[in-house]
Amino acid sequence: MNSESAHVETKIVDGVHHHQYDIVIVGAGGAGMRAAIEAGPGARTAVISKLYPTRSHTGAAQGGMAAALANVEEDSWEWHTFDTVKGGDYLVDQDAAEILAKEAIDAVIDLENMGLPFNRTPEGKIDQRRFGGHTRDHGKAPVRRACYAADRTGHMILQTLFQNCVKLGIEFYNEYYALDLVMTEVDGVEQPSGIVAYELATGELHVFQAKAIIFATGGFGKIYKTTSNAHTLTGDGVGIIWRKGLPLEDMEFFQFHPTGLAGLGILLTEGARGEGAILRNASGERFMERYAPTIKDLAPRDIVARCMVQEVAEGRGAGPHKDYVLLDCTHLGAEVLETKLPDITEFARTYLGVDPVYEPVPVMPTAHYAMGGIPTNVAAEVLRDNTTVVPGLYAAGECACVSVHGSNRLGTNSLLDINVFGKRAGRNAVEYVKDVDYTPLPDDPAAGVRRMLEQLRDSNGTERIAAIRKELQDEMDKGAQVFRTDESLAHVTEVIAGLRDRYRNVAVQDKGKRFNTDLLEAVELGFLLDLAEVVVFSARNREESRGGHMRDDFPNRDDANYMQHTMAYLSGDAHSSDAADHIRLDWKPVTITRYQPMERKY
Amino acid sequence: MTTATLEAKSTDAADAAIRSFTVTFLIRRFDPDVDTEPRWQDFDVEMYATDRVLDALHKIKWEQDGSLTFRRSCAHGICGSDAMRINGRNRLACKTLIKDLDISKPIYVEAIKGLPLEKDLVVDMEPFFASYREVQPFLIANSTPEPGKERIQSIAKREIFDDTTKCILCAACTSSCPVFWTDGQYFGPAAIVNAHRFIFDSRDDAASVRLDILNDKEGVWRCRTTFNCTDACPRGIEVTKAIAEVKQAIMRGKP
Repeated sequence: MNSESAHVETKIVDGVHHHQYDIVIVGAGGAGMRAAIEAGPGARTAVISKLYPTRSHTGAAQGGMAAALANVEEDSWEWHTFDTVKGGDYLVDQDAAEILAKEAIDAVIDLENMGLPFNRTPEGKIDQRRFGGHTRDHGKAPVRRACYAADRTGHMILQTLFQNCVKLGIEFYNEYYALDLVMTEVDGVEQPSGIVAYELATGELHVFQAKAIIFATGGFGKIYKTTSNAHTLTGDGVGIIWRKGLPLEDMEFFQFHPTGLAGLGILLTEGARGEGAILRNASGERFMERYAPTIKDLAPRDIVARCMVQEVAEGRGAGPHKDYVLLDCTHLGAEVLETKLPDITEFARTYLGVDPVYEPVPVMPTAHYAMGGIPTNVAAEVLRDNTTVVPGLYAAGECACVSVHGSNRLGTNSLLDINVFGKRAGRNAVEYVKDVDYTPLPDDPAAGVRRMLEQLRDSNGTERIAAIRKELQDEMDKGAQVFRTDESLAHVTEVIAGLRDRYRNVAVQDKGKRFNTDLLEAVELGFLLDLAEVVVFSARNREESRGGHMRDDFPNRDDANYMQHTMAYLSGDAHSSDAADHIRLDWKPVTITRYQPMERKY
Repeated sequence: MTTATLEAKSTDAADAAIRSFTVTFLIRRFDPDVDTEPRWQDFDVEMYATDRVLDALHKIKWEQDGSLTFRRSCAHGICGSDAMRINGRNRLACKTLIKDLDISKPIYVEAIKGLPLEKDLVVDMEPFFASYREVQPFLIANSTPEPGKERIQSIAKREIFDDTTKCILCAACTSSCPVFWTDGQYFGPAAIVNAHRFIFDSRDDAASVRLDILNDKEGVWRCRTTFNCTDACPRGIEVTKAIAEVKQAIMRGKP
């Protein structure tokens, strides 16, 4: 327990700690803490987090948060909605995108009022800058829509939300690793009744009974080798939902951020291009002019990432191995770099020994963001099929799929997403718990988790966690990255099947109870393998190219057959090697309100 | 464009990257279930010049000894998980490159000091966050902004507290402070940095409350300006200067 507020009574049953809260939030990144700020004052709330809240990966977001404040030039939420829909290659649910864009304005103002130190205009208002895919009047030219705090906007959001959680006395259970969602059958329907968590410091298990549960567990970029994601982003929350037989939506759509530091994957914000930086190939050519003549380097991420890979594939890459392109910031000047982009300037200096003031920076796409995840409606309620809500279960942020991002998220829309839908999840959970009682827990709700941990800890296996994980990540980079084909995906499918077999023989060397991060990594690897399998299985099934899903063997968008969301369900034997034995795919219609699908040109 | 310069540089980097070195790490291990006292254990690791100390810890954990325990997350210096003492100096393991260390000698890695040691490189962070919470690290504004509008703040007023907004709460500063080592009651540099961030924010109205808190006997006057904190900060915050500004504000009775 890490809070000064009133300690809630707990009891210990068979060595398992039992807690009871109206609302339990799993995850203390942006979405989780935004939900907590909404939920805390209205209901007894606990936040369970694998990390100290300020370690969450929201803090790594750099460039900005979109909102049509029109502080520096004409803008409207309607244009923002259109850009979001078009940016997502029309797979966006337009009712959700409209909410995102409309509520963006309040979301930014909320944060400012909470204390966030945004950069300011000469009049003292929140300053705004350009970002990829955000345009004036339906694509005419880039617009200044991203509200920012230097290039540490995510850091400032995370800090501001944490500060306000401290102000409100929100109860945090830090370094508690949620491992299971407890479901209880009520009138023939499975209802959520609690969360089972593993206390890292002691190795003890805790059951949190709750009337409402909010998942805000972030993404799973660690299925890839080259990624901007933290080591801890292993998709545990999404994996828990999957193992419960609840569906996952649009898992084939993973975003590769164009400008990762070459070879490392560390993120360099798109805000650099927003401030005027230019991508160049080996000959110094501004190649984006050829691919997106109107907005050039500020085309959406899927397009820029593809163009970069294509430049390299066609022999125009820079460097001794011609395997990257260059982000040229040299014309921006030291002052812009030091004041508006200080962190990325330092990253390039520290990790590549390249000074962006004087030299262009080697960059290549890096696995960045899962557009797919736990399907929810616009109230952040989790869906058990295309339309039916799981009462009392919510999800928000990267782990969720509303879907406001469709097949490709626009930069700055994720910091927005966590605030808008985190707030909705918290607020709606408070309303929900007012009128309901606790769903009873089953006998020994921690039994499944205890068994899984004992199996891993007591295993006499011979397989190393790191070896399996490395092979998974290498193969995902090779076969399921920016470009995919049926052949590449079929190969990864086979690899994953083999790795899942080997995982059953995995060895945990640390047999202790306290801070057993070895055991933690073994559990995380299980989630990574499950999710990678769903990503690849869903990707193979979508025989078209759309947004972040580029099939070399099906290079065109196919609205007639694929203008719909993928819904993946776990069915059958989860442990069988053949994915087809236990993954069932279905479709979910896309909500179209204002904008009919058009060809996507920039 | 300076492609030529870049090409030359990258070739150097590529050549350097080809050469790997055996680096010896001496890591201070402690498992309270087994050890009565911390003990030093050495590991030899194949490293490249551009690898980070965090890469070495991962190689040890993943290839040699799975029980080696440390915190880490983002691996590029923004989450603040992996502050540790490397060759006697507080740094983030993910921001310390092998090429910047003298590898002719073993590299010493141990937990940060002054906080209760839990296991290997992991300390109990709770006393650190307790001090942070005590300075009321959140905006307290008496004015109500116009509904749906931001508070106005000039670029110049925003700039005054810019430096201290960079803090990632990694504890590298606080756990490098000799005063904090001997007196765990001292708020420590990080808590003062976070108080500074609000004391000098023109939108905030509770500077006097925080200045009172820090005028306490365990407050800013314990600082002996050794500059360890400034040297330790992985974000380049001028911590000692921030503490001095808070001292001056207390003397003035206002920010």
